[in-house]
Amino acid sequence: MIEAVELTRRFGDFTAVDRVSFTVQAGEVFGFLGPNGAGKTTTIRMLIGLLAPTAGSARVAGLDVVADRAELRTRIGYMSQKFSLYGDLTVAENIELYGGLYGVHGDRFEQRRDWVLALAGLKGDERQPAAELPLGYKQRLALGCAVLHEPPILFLDEPTSGVDPLARRAFWDLIDTLARAGTTVLVSTHYMEEAEYCHRLALMNRGRLIALDTPARLRAAYDRPIFSLETGHAPRVVEALAGAPGIEDAAMFGRAVHIVAGDVTAAASSVRAALSGHGEELRGLERVEASLEDVFVGLVRREGGAVEG
Amino acid sequence: MHSGPAVEIRGLTRRFGDTLAVDALSFDVRRGELFGIVGPDGAGKTTTLRMLAGVLPPSSGDAHVEGISIASQPERVKPHIAYMAQRFGLYEDLTVRENIEFYADLYRVPKRERPNRLQRLWRFSRLEPFQHRLAGQLSGGMKQKLSLCCSLIHHPAVLLLDEPTFGVDPISRRDLWLILHEMVAEGTTVVVSTSYLDEAERCDRVALLDRGRTLALDSPTALQRSFSAPLVAIRASEPRRARDVLRAQPVVRSAVLFGESVHAVLADGADLASLTEALGAAGIDVLDAHPIRASLEDVFIDRVSRQERAA
Repeated sequence: MIEAVELTRRFGDFTAVDRVSFTVQAGEVFGFLGPNGAGKTTTIRMLIGLLAPTAGSARVAGLDVVADRAELRTRIGYMSQKFSLYGDLTVAENIELYGGLYGVHGDRFEQRRDWVLALAGLKGDERQPAAELPLGYKQRLALGCAVLHEPPILFLDEPTSGVDPLARRAFWDLIDTLARAGTTVLVSTHYMEEAEYCHRLALMNRGRLIALDTPARLRAAYDRPIFSLETGHAPRVVEALAGAPGIEDAAMFGRAVHIVAGDVTAAASSVRAALSGHGEELRGLERVEASLEDVFVGLVRREGGAVEG
Repeated sequence: MHSGPAVEIRGLTRRFGDTLAVDALSFDVRRGELFGIVGPDGAGKTTTLRMLAGVLPPSSGDAHVEGISIASQPERVKPHIAYMAQRFGLYEDLTVRENIEFYADLYRVPKRERPNRLQRLWRFSRLEPFQHRLAGQLSGGMKQKLSLCCSLIHHPAVLLLDEPTFGVDPISRRDLWLILHEMVAEGTTVVVSTSYLDEAERCDRVALLDRGRTLALDSPTALQRSFSAPLVAIRASEPRRARDVLRAQPVVRSAVLFGESVHAVLADGADLASLTEALGAAGIDVLDAHPIRASLEDVFIDRVSRQERAA
């Protein structure tokens, strides 16, 4: 459905996307992860024909993203962080506008309009101005508008940023519904629990693709032992552990501290020392499975850290 | 310095036309506290923060920030606070560094303190290599980080942050929270709204707002302990279908996805074996199932969905 070959984009002497190659199968929910500025949005903009690659090529739904870009527009759905709704138009008017843009008319339009209203949970609210909808509804309406013309492939660029946990789950149920009906979905996110819902994940850093696999295999491939530590002084303990013997990384996970150990014995003494500074004793380090966030941070650090200019 | 609570909210109310966005809120934020505000969309989080920042007058009620009334003296509140709105005013035609310097001038940050503060901000934001880039040419997440740098260059008594990690990647999120903890350790009071419940777990106390009211307010530990129903995490071959099968079981009060697991809230006396049997009968492999302690996200989902059902 998507085939990117050595896709590259430079802005002046800054390489935003650097020879990125991957393929996405039909019906796949494909996740895009990476630090801010890693090139995710730039890659998506090239795949939807909004931005021409500096080098390399890509085909989406059988169309070349440069040569066939006009036709491509009708074969894809796209929703960005800034939901493309007109705030001063009503719910119904927004849907009509997209119907006009995508050439969906007549009976088919009426069918699709009802489908979008049901999907967004906005039946009965057709005359409400879009600007006055709660964020979660705006987002579902924007998604509905993006797929009004039933595109075989959907691009979602951080669609759930800032959305509460309930609305986020409701949104992913919609993505799942679309994927089950055969829509291919490429979605970028900073929420690691959402990354778990994807069939495969691509991790980008500094414009390059640094990992690509299923969430389970990415977690399994993470080879460093990780321990969870309960302490009443998590922020201070994290600080004290930075660079301490045996410690590769220490960070807060909720109130607990996750420790990536290079050398387990040395790490345990470092933890003991850090805790004793606060009059706490080491009651035990619980070995935990690597979470996707551990994997994400670990891989980015191994690649020399996040973006550099 | 004022000696009472850093923020005292009494009957704070805001209407927009017929909509009651904030409905008679009353609570205190203690001095030096890291205080979280969570809640579904439209709960009134942003409206509350805007009123506390003195940029939106209340319809009725009042709040005192550092002892100053936001209803009668909003301008006098401002020197004591830094407020980061969701849409923060960056100057797109200034560079990253010029934006930070502009806010440092605006807040009259002493020149000798600037290099240290800037170093700390570069450390979390990783924006130093981009310091000469125009703000208008940054990615969305980087703009967010720059907005935070502009707010944090000033060290006020009270810091009001409206979803500071909106669109920020997991690595910078970690570093940002370390800065917030440092500022709290130095005596700053921080009030922060977030859609990440793992962030809320790090706060000293959390207010869960819904429809303009306080649904719960306590320390994360106390909120988690208050979740008394048995809770199990089930890892299964098809998580979404497993959730739907579990929802259909009479002994399951609710079931929601948490990444690759399903968290199910059970009726008292329900047993796990019957659930794994039901999943097996539906052709779903159970990889793991065990009782768990409620996370703050479990508490949030349970309280808010119960409230929605009651409404």
